[in-house]
Amino acid sequence: MPEPVQQTIRLSIGSRYENIELVQAVLDETLESLPIDEETAYWMEIALREALTNAIKHGNGLDPEKKVDVCLAVGKSGIDITVEDQGSGFDPGAVADPLAPDNLLKTEGRGIFYMRKFMDKIDYDFGAGGGTKVRLHKKFDAPASSAEANQGGANED
Amino acid sequence: MKIDKRQRDGATILDLQGRITIGEGDVALREAVLAAVGEGATNILLNMGRVRSIDSSGVGELVAAYTTVTNRGGKLRLFSMPKRVLGVLEITQLITVLDILEDEAEAVASLA
Repeated sequence: MPEPVQQTIRLSIGSRYENIELVQAVLDETLESLPIDEETAYWMEIALREALTNAIKHGNGLDPEKKVDVCLAVGKSGIDITVEDQGSGFDPGAVADPLAPDNLLKTEGRGIFYMRKFMDKIDYDFGAGGGTKVRLHKKFDAPASSAEANQGGANED
Repeated sequence: MKIDKRQRDGATILDLQGRITIGEGDVALREAVLAAVGEGATNILLNMGRVRSIDSSGVGELVAAYTTVTNRGGKLRLFSMPKRVLGVLEITQLITVLDILEDEAEAVASLA
């Protein structure tokens, strides 16, 4: 069962690469308040950039009139980032393995691989009316509340 | 992305600074490499020391640059790789394909 969401941030951007910076800035600020180290945050930023690139380029075909909706949902022990485009969807299973010898020198096809590597889980939803929604999940250690910490101390005997 | 070009011992060195990411550094890198090749450069060294970040588009441009130069009989090498940028190349096994050297002196010497 999904954990309760403690904070939700929603953004809607036009399909322009420069808008990736805007979303990344919001993610950076969100992560600052979470128990996520700088190294992990760096890899999460790349994963988000890959999701946004796919939505803008492959999903919406760089049509600035088409929107990309982003949602950052922060729970007690993890963050879900969803990126939804208005494209016609795709088959994730049909994406070529970038590590296959024949694909190593291809100039494209690594974005989803990086997302999978840098996040704990990713999955896709395809709306009946079109559009691809990718959900990126990252776990973190829930900080103990002061009450829990005090209780923990009292029980240490 | 800022790119400065200089010459050393017959090599064209491109000093990259900033991010090699989509819509920004990837295009700048492509144009800089194509311009150098167009000017007759055969040995090109990419100084990665001040690259802050790279995404899959930037990685694609590195691969394209490598292919462009080697297909013309030249050599393209990278040096002073920041740890995180190297990590991005490692997990897609591109360190087995691209020529990556420790520093500028080693990269220049490798062309001899």
